[in-house]
Amino acid sequence: MSEYDNNGMTLFLKIWRQKCCSEKGEMVNYTVKNISADVSFLEMLDILNQDLIKKGEEPVVFDHDCREGICGACSLVINGEPHGPEVLTTTCQLHMRKFKDGDTIVIEPFRAKAFPVVRDLMVDRTTLDDVITSGGYISANTGAAPESNAIPVRQENAELSMDAAACIGCGACVAACGNASAMLFVGAKVSHLGLLPQGKLEAQERVHNMVKKMDELGFGNCTNEAECEAVCPKGIKLTNIARLNREFAVSSFFKKNDSGTKQEWS
Amino acid sequence: MMENNTNTNFKLDSKIPSGPIEKKWDQHKFNMKLVNPANKRKYNIIIVGTGLAGASAAASLGELGYNIQVFCLQDSPRRAHSIAAQGGINAAKSYPNDGDSVWRLFYDTVKGGDYRAREANVYRLAQVSNNIIDQCTAQGVPFARDYSGYLANRSFGGAQVSRTFYARGQTGQQLLLGAYQALMRQRNTNKVKLYTRREMLDVVIIDGKARGITGQVEKYVADAVIIASGGYGNSYFLSTNAVCSNGSAIWRAHKRGAFFANPCFTQIHPTCIPMSGEHQSKLTLMSESLRNDGRVWVPAKAGDKRLPHDIPENERDYYLERIYPSFGNLVPRDVASRNAKLQCDAGKGVGNTNLAVYLDFAHAINRDGEDKIRARYGNLFEMITAEDPYKNPMRIYTAVHYTMGGLWVDYNLMSTIPGLFVLGEANFSDHGANRLGASALMQGLADGYFVIPYTIGDYLARMTPFEKVETNHSAFTASEKELTEEARKMMSVGSRGKRTTTDIHRELGKIMWNNVGMSRSEESLKKALTEIPRLREEFWKDVLIPGKSEDLNVELEHALRLRDFLDISELIAKDALERKESCGGHFRQESQTKDNEALRDDENFCNAAVWEHKGEGKAPIRHVEELKFENVHLSQRSYK
Repeated sequence: MSEYDNNGMTLFLKIWRQKCCSEKGEMVNYTVKNISADVSFLEMLDILNQDLIKKGEEPVVFDHDCREGICGACSLVINGEPHGPEVLTTTCQLHMRKFKDGDTIVIEPFRAKAFPVVRDLMVDRTTLDDVITSGGYISANTGAAPESNAIPVRQENAELSMDAAACIGCGACVAACGNASAMLFVGAKVSHLGLLPQGKLEAQERVHNMVKKMDELGFGNCTNEAECEAVCPKGIKLTNIARLNREFAVSSFFKKNDSGTKQEWS
Repeated sequence: MMENNTNTNFKLDSKIPSGPIEKKWDQHKFNMKLVNPANKRKYNIIIVGTGLAGASAAASLGELGYNIQVFCLQDSPRRAHSIAAQGGINAAKSYPNDGDSVWRLFYDTVKGGDYRAREANVYRLAQVSNNIIDQCTAQGVPFARDYSGYLANRSFGGAQVSRTFYARGQTGQQLLLGAYQALMRQRNTNKVKLYTRREMLDVVIIDGKARGITGQVEKYVADAVIIASGGYGNSYFLSTNAVCSNGSAIWRAHKRGAFFANPCFTQIHPTCIPMSGEHQSKLTLMSESLRNDGRVWVPAKAGDKRLPHDIPENERDYYLERIYPSFGNLVPRDVASRNAKLQCDAGKGVGNTNLAVYLDFAHAINRDGEDKIRARYGNLFEMITAEDPYKNPMRIYTAVHYTMGGLWVDYNLMSTIPGLFVLGEANFSDHGANRLGASALMQGLADGYFVIPYTIGDYLARMTPFEKVETNHSAFTASEKELTEEARKMMSVGSRGKRTTTDIHRELGKIMWNNVGMSRSEESLKKALTEIPRLREEFWKDVLIPGKSEDLNVELEHALRLRDFLDISELIAKDALERKESCGGHFRQESQTKDNEALRDDENFCNAAVWEHKGEGKAPIRHVEELKFENVHLSQRSYK
């Protein structure tokens, strides 16, 4: 509302601009004025972009969609932190009341070998989809499901499973990790499905295939720095990585027999 | 009494099977032709959209053996806006033993939709609702459970039973992840090919059948096309939809011959975070489930600016409980929204803007304790607002949320273009003039998991053999040429224009909200119908688009969507003007009861209005599909 326009903030932005994956990028300085404390971080960028467009310049490109913290499209490293300074908050839910007049804000894309830059702040995260494709599911064909109360699930397990399932697949964990590891992402999926009786049957193949795919795609290893947990906007816990490791250890007790089917070590 | 552009002679064939309503779907399934398992791999199907409807259809059809190409505009199919649905999904399991049944879910949905949906479709929806819960549970959706490990339920607006299944406040996310994972599983077997960051710009028709789609410089051929691209709520600029959600896929199909039904049936949701300022880019929903325990009120006296705590009980008006004693705070959305507007119009609105009402949890916290309320709604309370809802009542207001209208489909979910199927919010079929809470998820998954796998097989089997088509077919090249020409024209305006796409879109939103919003009149609609063409003219003269068309250009993408929103908005207003009755979310000031309830006109409007595009610059033709109510008695909807 107009009442905020008079006491709006002036902010100095340093934003990563890069035309495409194959071209070199650089930090470019911008100034935005009259920013109300009530606008969201992405709305602040909208305001910048409107100014740029009116000046005949190309807007800063970034991924965004739902703008309510659930689709996982928004990314951005803000002052060195994926999703910025507010804990348990995605960039789209971050509000400018977190900043003050005269602040300099450095805005970069999520950086990881497995996330090449598409343009400016937009990166390609299809590798996360590829990891899910390798086994992040329960193989239940449509129509074959039993009556849902036929298999009760311990409430505690359902809750822990839901905690892990809350992952929005944004990739902040990868961006925060010095090794660009996707262990928290994979650990969350392994836990979500493995904690439920429906997901137990395939638990070992699942963890095996997902970890293998993760390694193949250029994600790094986990060295327990817990940076991922610190930046996760959905509070996914490190214990999910422990669960992954446990499942992985169990899965390595499996071997392939000559016919290619798996069997348990006796 | 119909206007002269209404065509009453044209007969739309809804293909509703004969027989008693309980047997229609089963009988129809038996009558449909089948495609032999070994032949399914010979067919190619395109699916546009990866929300609940698109992803569940892609997964199910892939499992059956068809070759699927699936397209989404985000970088990943998991980001479709179904992900943002919060409260839950309805099913007629009747686990709480409280009197629910398939029949009751059917009845509530028809009544909730104010008797403007097809009975047969709604009955089928209620019938398969239980299969959906079973399917999702098997996929690993972590639904809420009670201490004994069985599934839990809660209640939702428009129902007096508890039939809503939920996964905290993230039910849409969990159901979508289930469907997305099933889709990725098919991708792993190469039955599904995934194309991300792509938007459908045209549907290609060869020999009268949908045989492919085109986007920016890309062409894809298939034997059938499924559109599951969601609704057109962003015509209003501000809505609870995702920022990139758009109506272009359905509009492009409409221009190619798919009729558009009931465009004016738009849903305005009663519990959203109120607007805060001019730079707002979207509105955020607070789940309707909050109305289970939250009580809605305003000060009894207009202009009372005291803080909520300073207003004693006897000077508050819990208006929903007062006006609707039997449903109270759980009246359907259209009723709750309209009443919030009436309170604000009467000067009782709260907050800085006077455009909000209170949603108060104090009574529930006193009754059940803060911990219980925190467990039930904790994550919903964490949204945006800086206030503490455990101490102060929340402020809420209404926002555009869902579009019940959409492309017309028959009972098989096929549009008026043979081979073009439409699922989920993109079609018009199940919700009439108002959708009940927790029914969108149900419909999206019903269409994708349990309807389309049968009906598309029947189509393919009947149409076989298909002529072999390649992307060098003249229809594809013609479509490509048109699109390139259009982009060139837009960029040539765009390089000289002065107004940004956001600026024009925002103005369109204001025109729509003020004139085609919660309360519509002949006067306001006629006003919209002069303002929208004026704005469209301005768009084509003065839109500003930087950059080049061949680069990744987000402003050009927005301009292409906006061009279609302008056209859709005009059709919404036209349809609203023609429908001179009030029903559900469509409230005409001229048609209300003495206590301001929507007054239907069943004699003249017990129908779906189905619009046919007649070409650029030509008036569209309005057809009607008469609706027959043989099982639910038509009556004045009452929640009192």
